[in-house]
Amino acid sequence: MVKKNTEKKGSREIQQGRRDFIVVASYAMAGIGAAAVAWPLIDQMNPAADTLALASIEVDISKIEVGQAITVKWRGKPVFIKHRTEGEINSAQSVELSQLKDPQSDVERVINPKFLVMVGVCTHLGCVPLGQKTGEIRGEYNGWFCPCHGSHYDSSGRIRKGPAPLNLEIPPYQFASNSLIKIG
Amino acid sequence: MSADKFSNPVVRWIDHRLPIFSFMDHELNEYPTPKNLNYFWNFGSLAGVSLVIMIVTGIVLAMSYTPHVDHAFQSVERIMRDVNHGWLLRYIHMNGASFFFIVVFIHIFRGLYYGSYKAPRELLWILGVLILLLMMATAFMGYVLPWGQMSFWGATVITNLFSAIPFIGDSIVTMLWGGFSVDNPTLNRFFALHYLMPFLIVGVVILHLVALHRFGSNNPIGIDPSGPQDTVPFHPYYTIKDFFGLSVFLSLFAAAIFFFPNFMGHPDNYIPANPMQTPAHIVPEWYFLPFYAILRAVPDKLGGVLAMFGAIAVLFILPWLDRSPIRSGNFRPIFRIFFWVFLADCIALGYLGGMPAEGIYVVLSRVATAWYFLHFLVILPLLSVIETPKPLPQSLSKSVLGGTAMAGAASAVKEKM
Ligand code: HEM
Ligand code: FES
Repeated sequence: MVKKNTEKKGSREIQQGRRDFIVVASYAMAGIGAAAVAWPLIDQMNPAADTLALASIEVDISKIEVGQAITVKWRGKPVFIKHRTEGEINSAQSVELSQLKDPQSDVERVINPKFLVMVGVCTHLGCVPLGQKTGEIRGEYNGWFCPCHGSHYDSSGRIRKGPAPLNLEIPPYQFASNSLIKIG
Repeated sequence: MSADKFSNPVVRWIDHRLPIFSFMDHELNEYPTPKNLNYFWNFGSLAGVSLVIMIVTGIVLAMSYTPHVDHAFQSVERIMRDVNHGWLLRYIHMNGASFFFIVVFIHIFRGLYYGSYKAPRELLWILGVLILLLMMATAFMGYVLPWGQMSFWGATVITNLFSAIPFIGDSIVTMLWGGFSVDNPTLNRFFALHYLMPFLIVGVVILHLVALHRFGSNNPIGIDPSGPQDTVPFHPYYTIKDFFGLSVFLSLFAAAIFFFPNFMGHPDNYIPANPMQTPAHIVPEWYFLPFYAILRAVPDKLGGVLAMFGAIAVLFILPWLDRSPIRSGNFRPIFRIFFWVFLADCIALGYLGGMPAEGIYVVLSRVATAWYFLHFLVILPLLSVIETPKPLPQSLSKSVLGGTAMAGAASAVKEKM
């Protein structure tokens, strides 16, 4: 009798263990299934194929006078192209890296030091900084100034003062010829 | 059984199968309500009416609105000029958002003063804070729809807040945009969500009311009704009072719509969105200004974002920060002073959020932000320990009738009846 009882109990324990396993396994499967169904619902929000395809533009820079800047639209954002003066290049190159919040030398930020090409979007919360047109405020470092929350960028587009954490972004670009650049 | 209450046989037939009439009778007619509620208790029903107004005008606006970057601005101008009564519908919807926030802010400060967030109403309070969050998201997305300069740059700045999240921030922002900047996919999804979220609010409001009716309304004295002598049936006493409050509210609302429809808006939003140029001075809608001030007060990007969301998050845990067993501020002499200081602090934050972020405004924003958190995280927990409250009245009836011996006798007589 006693023996039989323990046997029974043992097999029940085994059964219990099997049940637990089945329960956990089915929860896990249901979880994976739910995640697999949720993913398309979430991922549809990411950029669509045609949005991604809009990725590159060509710009003629031969008409930009020294000291002038133009703004072009790339991926829905403004891109600043500035033909810098000697003075601006010199002051950008002579800054000590230790003075910078996001240390980067001017050389790293240009292909041809005369032309500074960068995304004209403040790295704080995305406003377009002032300083492209003559007469606009250019901030304390004679580059660009974001009026939204007061970020100052220097003549290399590096953040010098204010809440923005990073330098203005350099988009991927190359010189197709001396007067033509391809952005993206 | 309960169907016997109704004399109309059709109502009786239905109620027996679907007790909807019993439910309404129970929750809106006989529902016992403290008899000492003051006018601050009108704002809950006003919030409900505002939500209905927003949904009704929103749905009819959606019949003429086009969620496309090339047409959105024009379609709103067409609503204003050509669609029959379109100007009225849009002005109701536009000012309705502001009035909704005015009502809800008063409703919240009512709760803060009278301790309505305390046991057993913690979940009721938390559901309310959730409604506030959903309202903010809804209003933010709605403001993007007319696709003016403020729409566009408001959307840009607010969505960029998420880029402060370490590592995954930029991917989240790209996903919110559906592209590389705020653009047509963003406008489309904001319209879809702006349509959806008010109905989510309706769902949470229903839960809010279920939680409310579990223990009934708090009251200016903050002690529980001790029996039927302390309450009156909701109908007709509070239905009539709510209707009176509603008529005052609607008069003010109508005055704004007909005489100052653009007073609370920003003129820059009548300039079509231009992704290449940020307006010189961007500000959010007035109801976001206190939170915007907190965002800008912190000199660090991530820190500012955390502080701004923290300002709401702290409301969720308020029931556990203020441990004082006394609900009503009327009986808490020190709390009461700090309550008014806190209200002034919030108004100051609202003012500072609208000023440029420079000079003295930055300093003041920082002080006001620090005080906001100090109030919740230090002052309230401390007060619950050190403050000696004033003696509480014995019952609601006593406090209503002046608490004299006569009044006591009167209520004692009533009690017997
Ligand atoms: C919680 C309720 C709601 C709030 C707080 C709210 C808020 C707003 C705000 C602030 C605007 C911008 C008004 C302007 O400056 O022109 C707006 C626009 C709009 N809303 Fe709502 N809304 C709500 C419910 C709804 C609902 C349920 C719909 C239904 C589809 C809707 C449809 C629209 C449409 C089509 C516009 C664009 C037209 C316009 O700008 O006037 N809204 N909403
Ligand atoms: S967006 Fe440029 S400083 Fe905030």
